[in-house]
Amino acid sequence: MDTVDKYHAIKVNREKCIGCTHCMKACPTEAIRVKGGVAVINADRCVDCGNCLRACPVDAFYVDHDSLEQLSNYKYRVALFPAVMVGQFAETISEGMIYEALLKLGFTHIFEVEQPVEVLIHEIRQNVDLAKQKPLISSFCPAIVRLIQSKYPSLVEYIVPVKAPHDLAACYAIEMLKRQGISRDETGIFYVSPCSAKMAAVKRPMGEDKSVVDGLINMSRLYNRIMAVIDKKEQANTSDLRKKLTLDGILWSLPRGEARHFKGESMAVDGIHNVVKILERMENGEVPQLDFLELKSCHQGCAGGILLTGNRFLTVERLQKRSKRYPVAIRSVEKENNYFYLRQKVKADPIAPGYVFSLDADREKALEKLRKADRILCQLPAIDCGACGAPNCHALAEDMVQGSAKMTDCIFLQNRYMNEKKITIDKAKKNLENTWGKNRFDADCNKKGGRNEGF
Amino acid sequence: MTLEFNIRRGDFATVGKASSRIKKVLKQLQVDAKVIKRIVVAIYEAEVNVAAHSEGGRIKATINAHQVAVEVIDDGPGIDDIEQAMQAGFSTASKEVREMGFGAGMGLPNIKKNTDKLSIESEPGVGTVVRFCNNF
Repeated sequence: MDTVDKYHAIKVNREKCIGCTHCMKACPTEAIRVKGGVAVINADRCVDCGNCLRACPVDAFYVDHDSLEQLSNYKYRVALFPAVMVGQFAETISEGMIYEALLKLGFTHIFEVEQPVEVLIHEIRQNVDLAKQKPLISSFCPAIVRLIQSKYPSLVEYIVPVKAPHDLAACYAIEMLKRQGISRDETGIFYVSPCSAKMAAVKRPMGEDKSVVDGLINMSRLYNRIMAVIDKKEQANTSDLRKKLTLDGILWSLPRGEARHFKGESMAVDGIHNVVKILERMENGEVPQLDFLELKSCHQGCAGGILLTGNRFLTVERLQKRSKRYPVAIRSVEKENNYFYLRQKVKADPIAPGYVFSLDADREKALEKLRKADRILCQLPAIDCGACGAPNCHALAEDMVQGSAKMTDCIFLQNRYMNEKKITIDKAKKNLENTWGKNRFDADCNKKGGRNEGF
Repeated sequence: MTLEFNIRRGDFATVGKASSRIKKVLKQLQVDAKVIKRIVVAIYEAEVNVAAHSEGGRIKATINAHQVAVEVIDDGPGIDDIEQAMQAGFSTASKEVREMGFGAGMGLPNIKKNTDKLSIESEPGVGTVVRFCNNF
């Protein structure tokens, strides 16, 4: 699959977006502004965590994906999905029924991503043993890796240089097919993603040159397709397809799924806003005496992924039950000849720090901008209302020194300027329309938003 | 530019505010990540020192295009023997402070390790001034 610079999986549907401030306030990197009545995402800052999608009251955000029709381009079609997918389905639906439905939808081979998890465990352990500075940070969640890269550049060297599980699983699937005499050219690997971050990571990989996945399937779409064709009872025995699956693999993407392999010297944090707090502390040197830090962007790990259907806690519960039916992962990977090729592939290149939050590459200019932003902040009301189209007063001041906003964007300042007769009412109205769109302030009883939908 | 922070005696909840704020500014100035890490650890240690050992004080950070210089001024009680305080593991921290996970005697040694220049002036009964700076 071709990879793209600055690719993001999350897009805004300009027709659906009503230009409220929910997403803007929820974004952990302040990447969203409202312009012309719609949300605009700053590609440099976005880490594809999907919090905007969760916060949106009108489903205006969508996730880029490939359609199942692409399957027909390949003779052999591999469904590669993380174990959390199975956890979404109600107890009455067995994993065998899900596997059969996938075959019915046109896949010829099925692999759960976490099958070669012992290779990952082994490699991370080796990295921990050899690490000069600890704690090592998991590279599992692509949203977190991007967050560290842009917002915590001093911590990139703590990220374990191992590949993402889906990439490793794709290598594994390709090798397994090769052993059956199936060539790579005839094979399409379709990765079923539980979230936008993993989708973006496939199109724009970190720590490697090229992703080995051929197509990206949106898990919530696939869920609906499966439900449409699923049989009420199992017809065939598909358990052979799952014989490499382990308890550790099934638990890997849930909270403590990775950390539990470093008992006593590890910590697991889920939810990107919680992760931000821990990374702040780690930068201060306040997270001592740990070997391994598991950080996941979604609450309840991938069970809370934005492309999952159903409740995250129920999904975790089902997966924990499911895992108990599987054996634990092999501990001594060295002896397994099967894994030799994977152990070559598991290593990733180190991740370079980004300086996304820098005000200017020229330090003198950056300092001047900082001073200017401070002076602007004296004028702003510190209400953080978002009526300017920026998430808070601080962000607006920074936008101003970067030339992408002006003083009159603040409605309170603009009001003052009007009272002081510095700007006309017409001009002020135009300014508001620049941010919130035309006719936004006309009376309209059917206006969407602003209705406490959450209560 | 200059940033100033007050730290009250025994108020560990505010410890970390100065280092976090200064860190944000240094990132906006695109200072090298490794340089940021060192100075931030030093400032954090200084914050803990003021909260744990002094009657309260303030931190003043002056940032220009080439360096960050930090001045930590407290209102007493002062350090009796600076040389001894600089030794790794030496601590006069109270039982309460130790129970909170501070007071391991690594504060000043850690500041020295993470800064380019460090000076300490102290007058028993009056207070201590710690100055350190890192070049970019």
